[in-house]
Order: sequence, then structure tokens, then C-alpha cells
Amino acid sequence: MNGFPATDYVVAFVFAVAVAATVGGALIAVLTSRIIRSVCGLAICCCGLAGLYYFLHSPFLTLMEILIYVGAICVTIIFAVMLAEPDESPSRETRRQALGWGGAALLVSVAVFWGVARLGLGHDWAAPARRTSQGTVKDIGVSLLTTYSLAFELISLVLLVAILGALVIARYGRTKP
Amino acid sequence: MSLDASFHSPDLYLLLAAFLFAAGVFGMVRRRTLIGMLIAGELIFSSASLNLLALNHFFAPDPTAGQVFALFILALAAAEASIALAITIAVYRNYRSINSRELSELNG
Repeated sequence: MNGFPATDYVVAFVFAVAVAATVGGALIAVLTSRIIRSVCGLAICCCGLAGLYYFLHSPFLTLMEILIYVGAICVTIIFAVMLAEPDESPSRETRRQALGWGGAALLVSVAVFWGVARLGLGHDWAAPARRTSQGTVKDIGVSLLTTYSLAFELISLVLLVAILGALVIARYGRTKP
Repeated sequence: MSLDASFHSPDLYLLLAAFLFAAGVFGMVRRRTLIGMLIAGELIFSSASLNLLALNHFFAPDPTAGQVFALFILALAAAEASIALAITIAVYRNYRSINSRELSELNG
């Protein structure tokens, strides 16, 4: 590319790190038994996803992914972990039942993976003849305020209602013994 | 140039999105607490978002639309997480547990 040595390898390495963080984070998020490790796995997974978004030429979404997922959702989940006792108790289900449920879950998820991957890879996607925009941050801003302005306002309304609803639900029963 | 090829083709992104979705479904089935199920749900949201962005980048005539959609998915995921966590805390106050096995009052 340009003057910097081995740029291709550096870029490929960064891409590999992003993919590994996504896969590893997702595995940590679903496989560990302690919820707090699971939240950390979700955060790692979202950092990897942010890297992938950058490789997909969406720098604004990279920023938003880190801000919202890592900065807001993971922190909120950690608050809930502190307020409730989420750790799975050494449960009454026997080892055999646990293995059975794990096997069933694994079977379902492998079937889902196979199906979705086959659909995605098997289809003959057609590249567009021409691009009508470049998808830059400026384009996003313009289309948010013109084409998608109604949806944008509705999303803010949904967020407001969600905040109020969360307050009302979590407040109920607070004074009870 | 084979190094380059991996991130200039949509296949790896689609595979990753399928993997994230499968991991989310696995967690949804396997987890026994509400917060664990919520985390699995977030993984499923992320997989939808990644799939949308990959197809948007490689095959859409207007790459802005997919990014705006992914932004809306992010906002909806945030709203969903806040509501779900509020419900989790309310359930914990009433039942002293968020284990999904014990929340069986409506079980017929």
C-alpha cells in the first residue's frame, strides 16, 4: 500500500484479533457459570464486533458499539448483578440432567448455525451496479435528519418510554419488607 | 493477497454472524437465570446487526441505510436491556431469586 512496512500483515493481524475477540467473547459469555464473567465475555465480544464494524467501513457504528454496548449495557447488567444474586445455585438438577440439557442446547445451536451459515453462504448475492452514496458519517447524519427523521424521533420516544417503564417497574415493591 | 481476501469477502462476516446467533440460542436454552438469558439475547441482537452491516457493505446500493438500521438496532437493544433488567430486579424483590426454574407460579 504505502510506505509503512508490512501494512498488509498488520491489517490482517488486527482483523484476526477482532475475529478472535468476537468468537472468544461469545464463547465466554455463554459457557462460564458465573454471570460476572459472562458480562465480561459480552464486553470482549462487543469490542471485537466494533473492530469488525470498522473493517466494514462503518466508523460511526464502531464508536456507537463501544459507547452503548460496552459503556452502557454491560455496566447496567453489572448493576443488576450487584442488586440481585444471579449466580446459578449448585442446582437440584443432577449431573445427568445437566448433560442432557447441555446436549440439547448444543444440538439446537449447531443446527441453527448450520442452517443460517448455509443460507448465507449458499445464496448468490448480486453486487450492486452502482452506489448511490458512500456511507460516510456525513451521509448517516444527513439521512437521519431527512429520510429517517420520523424513525429517529420514534426511537427517541421508545427510549423515553423504556426509561420511564424501567423506573416504574423497578420502583414497585421497594418499600415492602 | 490471500490475507486481504478474508476481509474483502462477505463469507467470514456471515459465518461469524451465524456463529453469534448460534451462541445466543445456546445461551438462551442453557442459562438458568434471567440475566444470563438477557446476555444471550444481546448476542443475538449483535449477530443480526453484524449480518445487516456485512450485507450492507458488500451488496447494498446505498450503504447508509444499513448503518442507520444498525443504529436503530443498537437503540432498541439498549431499551430492551433496561426494561429486562428492571423486570429482573422486580422479580428478585418478590421471589428472592432470578432462577428461571423457580419462577413457576404461572405454570399450569
